[in-house]
Amino acid sequence: MRYNALFGLGLALMVVALYLVFIYAPTEKTMGDTQRIFYFHVAIAWVAFLAFFVVFVCSILYLWKRAIKWDIIARSSAGLGVLFTTLVLITGPIWARPAWGVWWTWDPRLTATLVLWFTYIAYLLVRSYAVEESRGARFAAVLGIVAFVNVPIVYLSIHLWQTHHPPELVSDLGTSMLVTLLVSIAAFTVLYILLLVRSISLVKMEMQIKRLAQEDARLNPRKE
Amino acid sequence: MKDYVKIIAIVWKDIISEIRSKEIGGSVLVFCLLVVVIFNFAFQSDEAAIGLVAPGILWVSFTFAGVLGLNHIFAAEKENSCLEGLMLCPVERHVIYWGKLIGSLIFMLVVEAIITPIFLALYNLPILLPGLALIIVLATLGFVSVGTLFSAMAANTRAREIMLPVLFLPIVIPVIIAAVKATGLILDGEPWGELWTWLQIIIAFDVIFLVISALVFEFVIEE
Repeated sequence: MRYNALFGLGLALMVVALYLVFIYAPTEKTMGDTQRIFYFHVAIAWVAFLAFFVVFVCSILYLWKRAIKWDIIARSSAGLGVLFTTLVLITGPIWARPAWGVWWTWDPRLTATLVLWFTYIAYLLVRSYAVEESRGARFAAVLGIVAFVNVPIVYLSIHLWQTHHPPELVSDLGTSMLVTLLVSIAAFTVLYILLLVRSISLVKMEMQIKRLAQEDARLNPRKE
Repeated sequence: MKDYVKIIAIVWKDIISEIRSKEIGGSVLVFCLLVVVIFNFAFQSDEAAIGLVAPGILWVSFTFAGVLGLNHIFAAEKENSCLEGLMLCPVERHVIYWGKLIGSLIFMLVVEAIITPIFLALYNLPILLPGLALIIVLATLGFVSVGTLFSAMAANTRAREIMLPVLFLPIVIPVIIAAVKATGLILDGEPWGELWTWLQIIIAFDVIFLVISALVFEFVIEE
């Protein structure tokens, strides 16, 4: 019941966001209509960082309490984080090409996002390549903590190395643009929560199937 | 027994076994040198360009050699079931971490001490640079701090040779950036001002990740 209510809210927010982004928000004077992708790009980036923060917190909780539910949340959130980061890395260049003339620059935010993407791909890989599931969960939790701590350091070191990303636009935004951005962020956050809930229940079902299969194998040993 | 005695025991064990088996030292050295030479062919032999890319070449070769050396720390232990033996010792887990860390740090520093003068000579750069030694020591410390942690992790996975670089290279990117920049500044003979910023990053990285790795190490090697 709660899920359906949340789904309805998310759907409504997304429809409103689409309207705001494409119709309500004024056309930006220097970049024109291509600027509209900014509302999605920033919202998705925000959600990606939120997802990794969730991974960080759940990793600590898992190593501390050893309750499997924290690992389930962490793994689902990490998968979503990788998905959303991939979207950021795709929408970014789509915007960059008409706006700056280049697909990519090695400036702090882009490079830090790319590094973040790599670390969380590694998170997913270490789970698949682990010898057993519980070990994979532990290794992933350690990586989740180390990787998140690393993010500000990566950002800082690249920032000292080069600067190219457009400065923070939020302070410059007119109210209509700010409203559009906030609604977009809200819509994507609700989307993230919905996907997370779905993903967690999927993982739980997989675990149950595995348990049932093991029970079945134990009770009905196949005669070779 | 005091902790530092146990740590020295672990370090000494690793040094002796490396000296006796000569498993990895020679090949890592040769590999490092090869990378340095091959990179020379990757770039046009333009005097000005060489000055720009030389720091990068040095640190890429150290990184690759480092990955090989780091893989070895726990791979040998795993193969000979020595890891269980180590864990049976009445030592706290972080003692094992520090022991392994110092062992691999010594190994890396020896390799780098041999390679760096050769590298500087091959690229016609000034050889006597104490500042460079400082950067190399600090950056290598950063490398092995996370490298030891992830080596223990990778040793317990399938495809361990490739898991280590995949896991640990994204994490050490700040160290590589700072080390390359700082090396470039030293080779150009720049004053200490700008260099200090980069050293601060390396030192901050070292401190943060030494502490964190020591703390989470026990979760990685527990059964």
